[in-house]
Amino acid sequence: MRVALFATCLGDTLFPGAVRATLRVLERLGCTVDFPPGQTCCGQMHTNTGYHEQAVPAVRSFVTAFEGYDHVVAPSGSCVGSIRHQHDIVAERSGDRKLSEAVDRVSPHVYELSEFLVDVLGVTDVGSYFPHRVTYHPTCHSLRMLRVGDKPRRLLSEVRGIRLLELPEAEQCCGFGGTFALKNPDVSVAMGADKTRHVRETGAEVLCASDSSCLMHLGGLLDRQREGIRTMHLAEILAGTEEDR
Amino acid sequence: MSGVDLGMPTFPDAAHRAVRDAQLRHNLGRATSTIRNKRAAVVDELDDWEQLRASGAAIKAHTLSRLDTYLERFESAVTAAGGTVHWARDAAEANRIVTELVRETGETEAVKVKSMATQEIGLNEALASAGISAWETDLAELIVQLDEDRPSHILVPAIHRNRSEIREIFRREMSGSGAPAPADLTDDPVQLAEAARHHLREKFLRANVAISGANFAVAETGSLVVVESEGNGRMCLTMPDNLISVVGIEKLVPSWRDLEVFLQLLPRSSTGERMNPYTSVLSGVTEEDGPSNFHVVLLDNGRSEALADEVGSQALRCIRCSACLNVCPVYERAGGHAYGSVYPGPIGAVLTPQLYGVESEDTASLPYASTLCGACYDVCPVAIEIPELLVHLRHRTTRERKGWFDRLTGTAMRGLGWVFGDSKRLGRAQRIASLGGRLFGRRGIGRLPWPMSRWTDARDAPAPASESFRQWWERNRTGSGDER
Ligand code: SF4
Repeated sequence: MRVALFATCLGDTLFPGAVRATLRVLERLGCTVDFPPGQTCCGQMHTNTGYHEQAVPAVRSFVTAFEGYDHVVAPSGSCVGSIRHQHDIVAERSGDRKLSEAVDRVSPHVYELSEFLVDVLGVTDVGSYFPHRVTYHPTCHSLRMLRVGDKPRRLLSEVRGIRLLELPEAEQCCGFGGTFALKNPDVSVAMGADKTRHVRETGAEVLCASDSSCLMHLGGLLDRQREGIRTMHLAEILAGTEEDR
Repeated sequence: MSGVDLGMPTFPDAAHRAVRDAQLRHNLGRATSTIRNKRAAVVDELDDWEQLRASGAAIKAHTLSRLDTYLERFESAVTAAGGTVHWARDAAEANRIVTELVRETGETEAVKVKSMATQEIGLNEALASAGISAWETDLAELIVQLDEDRPSHILVPAIHRNRSEIREIFRREMSGSGAPAPADLTDDPVQLAEAARHHLREKFLRANVAISGANFAVAETGSLVVVESEGNGRMCLTMPDNLISVVGIEKLVPSWRDLEVFLQLLPRSSTGERMNPYTSVLSGVTEEDGPSNFHVVLLDNGRSEALADEVGSQALRCIRCSACLNVCPVYERAGGHAYGSVYPGPIGAVLTPQLYGVESEDTASLPYASTLCGACYDVCPVAIEIPELLVHLRHRTTRERKGWFDRLTGTAMRGLGWVFGDSKRLGRAQRIASLGGRLFGRRGIGRLPWPMSRWTDARDAPAPASESFRQWWERNRTGSGDER
């Protein structure tokens, strides 16, 4: 199956490891992966902050890069949520009919990693091995914009050697929220502190999520707290195999 | 009504203080999680919750789309039933009408049923300046009034107080306005309720004027519906001779039948009860029973303007159940006062800027007081898409605000938008960033100067990767090898 990989601006620039891991998982499952070089960003940061006109170039570059692919996969529930639910708003506001039509053609083909693996490829066991204590934070946009449900957890529970630990109040937001983290740093940090406290309570060595943005926020807090708890993207855990040991 | 400066600090500033108040965070965390769980349990009992929710949304949307018709129908029904309808364009007009109506009775005191509309227009203060004392009779509202505090929650205005704080307020303040609290009052809820009952009874027996709002107004019959838990509202609605109700124009429902849906949605969403203990319906005047003098003040106060906004108008579906407050992680940390408005939490963050505009700093900061996590939408019994509304209002804010900081942010956003418009520009930006990444190594970045300090004061920041994915791909997969 031919798949286009959308790295997302954050993944591409700050967390290329998570993108490479996504690539590895997809290729291991027999996909032929393209990286359309014209891709940039989904425009979510602009859209969510209210700069809808300024989000147009990103939306345009997205549909141009991914037009024609049957399957576009991104390691970010948040970006896929924005593509599915906001690209049409941005395009419509811009008044550019052609852009709106392109958005309507492209958006239905875009998947978050766990959705693609479970719904399209129909697998939950992707041949992974990760002998560590892990707790999973189901990020808000995966949970409530995409409704991925328990797909990430089903994938994780098939990983050999893993010990999955239940995260208390898992469904509460971590407090990142894009520019919210800068505009309301006090509330953002208070929410993140509660989340990391719950993570510590589980006794996990690794905090896993399917969004690099939330992991950046929580990882930044965990690093400052010096508790030795690592953050890893879902793809990074799924990428590991027994042969890698 | 736009451009009113509520004179409050912006949300981030107010939240800054609230987050540091350990007692407040403890009180709020406890109260909201209890009520959250109760709500979830009773909602789960109903197999047809999603259908009910869709019906609630549809009835409200329909009513709003023909609001003028239903308002006229309501007015004629009230008039036919012996009541009088008054129209108030804004807070000042509504206050003037109510003050005049109380004056006509010759009374200088009124008992009040808990009402968001009267809080919204600052009625108590307006009456006070006309020499009229308005006594709140809802228990939580009474606590707030005695303490000269402000409500911090739609349903439980004193949610930020715990039992021992309430005992202190009762002991200190009750004697100032009627029956004092017993000297040996403890913080036992039964004793606290008893003290409040004593204190209020005296007022009920004396009062000849009552002021209320309404949860619903039925166009077909001209009825007002008041939903409550304590029964104090019913006392106010039935005992005094004069009743004045201030009702937002969005409270209309077309017919009596529609109540069936809302009387299931509202108690389950707000108090987590299958049915609320008291539902009072008032249709005009009846001889020998209830008030003989009945006035409804229909309040616009920015609602028509909100209604004209295609996306924004859905906020007017709100039935003020407060479910969105109780699930909101931001509300739970910042508390209701931080919103600087009688409507706190997610619904306040969308309603307040719509009613008052975004000219002032404080209302303009409200659409940003959310992480867009979506929990509010999931619980809203009338399916208001609060996250979508927040984003919509942020868009409005970026267009209407022209301060130096807004212009600075706009420039930065345009710059970034330009970078994201072209992969070559993004690639160049990444190469510059990766230089920084090599400088920092793979360690996280510690404290940085403003504005990045807003991130790094409490969190490490990730160092940009020394090689972006794009560069890695070019090097490993395309053979063209961009090695810069
Ligand atoms: S917005 Fe919805 S959840 Fe919030 S108070 Fe209104 S009706 Fe209730």
